[in-house]
Order: sequence, then structure tokens, then C-alpha cells
Amino acid sequence: MNNIFVYCEIEDGKIVDVSLELLTKGRELADKLGCSLEALAVGYKLDGIENGLYEYGADTVHIADDERLAPYRTLPHTAIVCGIFKEEKPQIALFGATPIGRDLGPRVSSKLYSGLTADCTSLEIGDHSDAKSGTEYKDLLYQIRPAFGGNIIATIINPDKRPQMATVREGVMKKEKYAKAKQGEVKRLDVNKYLNDSDFVVNIIDRHMEAKKVDIKNSPVIISGGYGVGSKENFGLLYQLADVLGGEVGASRAAVDAGFADHERQVGQTGVTVRPKLYIACGISGQIQHTAGMDESSMIISINTDPEAPINKIADYAITGDVMDIIPKIIRAYKENSK
Amino acid sequence: MNKPLKIVVLAKQVPDTRNVGKDAMKADGTVNRAVLPAIFNPEDLNALEQALRLKDKIQGSTVHILTMGPYRAADIIREGLFRGTDGGILLTDRKFAGSDTLATSYALSCALKKMNPDLIIAGRQAIDGDTAQVGPQVAEKLNIPQVTYAEEIIGFEGDKLIIKRRLDRGVETVSSPVPMVVTVNGSAPECRPKHAKLVMKYKHAKTIFEVQNLEEDYYMELRKSREYLTIPEWGVADVDAEDPQLGLTGSPTKVKKIENVVFQAKEAKRFTSAEEDINGLIKELIASHILG
Repeated sequence: MNNIFVYCEIEDGKIVDVSLELLTKGRELADKLGCSLEALAVGYKLDGIENGLYEYGADTVHIADDERLAPYRTLPHTAIVCGIFKEEKPQIALFGATPIGRDLGPRVSSKLYSGLTADCTSLEIGDHSDAKSGTEYKDLLYQIRPAFGGNIIATIINPDKRPQMATVREGVMKKEKYAKAKQGEVKRLDVNKYLNDSDFVVNIIDRHMEAKKVDIKNSPVIISGGYGVGSKENFGLLYQLADVLGGEVGASRAAVDAGFADHERQVGQTGVTVRPKLYIACGISGQIQHTAGMDESSMIISINTDPEAPINKIADYAITGDVMDIIPKIIRAYKENSK
Repeated sequence: MNKPLKIVVLAKQVPDTRNVGKDAMKADGTVNRAVLPAIFNPEDLNALEQALRLKDKIQGSTVHILTMGPYRAADIIREGLFRGTDGGILLTDRKFAGSDTLATSYALSCALKKMNPDLIIAGRQAIDGDTAQVGPQVAEKLNIPQVTYAEEIIGFEGDKLIIKRRLDRGVETVSSPVPMVVTVNGSAPECRPKHAKLVMKYKHAKTIFEVQNLEEDYYMELRKSREYLTIPEWGVADVDAEDPQLGLTGSPTKVKKIENVVFQAKEAKRFTSAEEDINGLIKELIASHILG
């Protein structure tokens, strides 16, 4: 009762990164609250899955293992999650902000009449006093996220309804093995207790999944372009620089929306969060939505025609000028000096 | 199944957060909504296109927009009419103010119960919140299936609707019985443009509120004979919604604090685009092993 639950996604028999990141965060919150951390794994052929979850701090692992539960479908997973939440009454429930978490989370919140905050960039524990009623709330989950196109940062709370639910994107929280990890307890669920025939009316006819094509998250150098780069063709120069420096190309949301780069390269609140050694922001103005996904980079270089661009406030080096003019110079300078 | 479909598109009028200029923030640090243009939420337009394609395909089908918002949200119902919908309903009431996604979903689901559609289509998410919650929450409130991230609603096979979904790493094709909720991705085809003939036909379509506020309504007579020029407005009483589930009271999430984005200013080392400046910078990076 009153514990923290993390819904763990499983892909090809492996727990996905975002779920491990959430366990790491969940462990920290559970230690603060003095409650236990429980993982919920729903899928098929999950033998041994618990070991990978203990490593990241889970005290208890609930396993719903049934042929009909993989691949993911909304209704049966909703039934299992809601069923177990009704029994266990967690105070906090965390989901990855993945296609699955963003499909499942709202459905669960609607069924349980509980609040859900999407795409949180930070989760903290704190108190709240309600000015109107004078009620004091202890140890609420502060769900912090940029809002309104990134122009404000909102702290959201769910004072009265439980669980307090949040989704978090992959890469936003750090994934860290728990130093005091121990063999916990496995609870195998009797799935038929939760499932009805009506949960299986939607059928998957066909499914084509590809391995992730680009992985900018783990690249030590990222050359990122914004709307200021101007066109998809101009982005070609960023790829050249990335090749020379051994990095990957990222993009701001504005550049992705304009069709200059694919969504999988998007850095920021609605894309990936990155922490490379070097981040070169080309023609990126630096809205919070973007900087939220890269401001922990070890070194930031900005290239912008506007010397007052907000990105320069977080940059270590700011080059004022045109991206198309400067990148070839960087490539030349690097080739000359790196030998 | 080629029986005519009653389709409702859930759409939202949103401030255009993609074009936030310098004047978008007021001196006191709050968002100045007045200077932001109000637009048809982009992915709701993708949803509308999918609805109109089904209407083209299955004779006798109808498409209506349901939107919740202030009076000026009637704009997007007109925009829908200009692009080929059969009508729309503005769900508006002071009691809806302050709704989070759950309270919004409840209000919409009450209206949908009254409209009783075969198919509900919505954009995946709105650009002012990016939550992607309302579609699935509405589906749950109505206790019907949902298919999210749709790229194409292909059509019926027997009595099941076939839908192609776009996921991060691939595509999935699913079948579902109706009624159901489909949410549509931005990667789906763009919405058809406004049609000149329809603009002519519907440009004087107005809600009762808008008509009341006209100095003179030259089209009063016309309105009497052409029912399609009146956009219905529904309030809480019209949809039998229960007050405790509405607005701020019905919203489990509360905003505790709003902070403006203030960048922590630190001194960036400045360089010009001159060759020697760039050279110096790269040398520095190599020397400090940032670059190998």
C-alpha cells in the first residue's frame, strides 16, 4: 500500500531504458518517502525478468505473463494495471512517455479518476498548502514540466487523487544501478482475474518494427540544427561536420516541424534528452523546450547570427555569424589542427 | 461494412505556440494570449482529413466537429465547414474553465453520448499542452476501444475498421470494432484546403452568441430559412454533465507554480566568424581534449 509503481516496458524480452531510468528515479523518491518501489511487468515469456529490475532498485516485481499480453494492446494492459492499482493503491505511478506509456497512462488515469502529467522533466517530493481550504498536504509528488511551447515551467500536483501519475521521456532521468540492490519478491498475477473477452476486441493484423536507426543519445558529439539553418539541403553541412568530428546530427523541434530533419533526431522536451561531451547548436535560438534536452552537455557551442539569442546564455562559446559560412571554417580548422 | 458512418472530430483551438514572439510574455511574466494567433490545432486537421476521406469513401456518412472552448472557438467549426464538414458543436460554459485533461475528457464524453457517433477521430495531441491524453481519456469514459498514433484509417473489413499506426520504430496495422476513438499523428496526410464554394455557403454561419453581438444582423432572415447557418452551442445543462466532475473541481491535477523561463546568464566566450577566431576555438577544444 502507498508505494511507488513503475510500469516497465518490455521489448524483445528486454526491459527498455526508460523503465530502468524510472526505476532509478523511483528508488530515490521511495527512499525519501520511506516506501517500497514496485515494478510491474506485463507481457509474455517474462521468466527471469525480475533480476534486471532488482538491479535498478525494485523491491517487488509484479509479473503478468500471458500469451495475449504481447505485443502491447491498450485494453488488456489497462485492465491489468488498473486491477493491480485498485488492490495495491500506490501513491505514485510512473510510465515512460513512449508510444505505449502515452497510450496507456491516460486510459488508466481516466478509469481511476486520477491525475496524469505528461512528459515531466523533473520529479520531486514536496509539501503544499491549499490557500482556499487551508489544507496542508505532506510529501506530494511535484511533477515539473515545461508548458505553453516551453515559455513557462509548471509544477503540477495531484493533492487528492491517487495514484499521482506521471510520464517521463527516455533519457530525461539518469539510469543507475542501485548500490544496495537485493533480491526482492516476485508476485505472479493471475491474469484471468483481471481480463475479460471484451479486452481483446482490437487485433494486431500486421507489425513491422525496425531497430532504432539513429542513436543520438549516446553520441559524444552532437551537431544540432535549428530553424535558422534554413533548409533540408543546408542540413547536409551539419552531417559533414558530424562525420568529421565523429558525432551525430540533432535538430530542434522547429527544424523537425519544418521538415529539415527526422523526428528521431529531435532534441528537447518532446524529443530526446542528450548529455554529450560537445553540443554545437547551429541556428538554434534556444527556447527552453530545446535547452531542457541539452543543457547538461559538458560543453556547448552556439552559432547564431543573433548575438542576443537565448542559447548564448547557456553556451560556453558563442560564435556570431552565419552557419553556412562558419561550419566549413570549423571543418578546415579541425582538419588542420587535429593531425 | 458500407453503412453510412456518423463521425465526430474532436478539435481544439490553440494559441500558436510555435510562433511565440518577443511580445508573447507580458511585463509581469505571464503569457500574453492576446497576441498569439488562435489556430486550428495542427494534428486535429490531420484528424479532420481522415474523417473527410471516410466520408468521401462511404456514401451518406457525416462529419461533425466537436470543440470545447470559449466563444471564439466557433472559428474552427467554421473552418471545418469550409473544408467539408456537415456541422459542428461548440461546447462552452463557464463551468468548464480551468479543466485539466481529465475534466475536459469528461465534458467531451458527455457531449459525445448525446451525439452518439460511430467513430470519433481526434488529433494525437494539441500544441499548447502536448499531453496526448484527451483522446484515450475520452475513449475510457465512453468505455470503447482506442487506437492512437494513426497514420491512415484504411476502411472497413467486415464490421471492423482497419487502421495503420505509426510508432517510434515502425508501423502496426490493427482492426477494431466501432464505436471507437482514433487519434491521428502529424505524419498523416495534411488536411485539404478550404473550398471556395463552401466558404461562400458557410461564411455567415454563427453561434447564437455571435449573432447576439452583431450590431445588425443582415442575415437574420437568411438564418431563419437556412438552419445550417446556426452553429449550436451546448452548455453543461445540454449535455447532462455533473458539476463536481467539471472545471477546476473536476481536475485532479492542479498547477502549484508557474515559473517564467529565465536563463541563468553566464558569460559565453564570444567569437566572430573570422577564420582566425574559428581556428583559435578549435585549437582550444583540441587542447582541452573536448575534440579528439
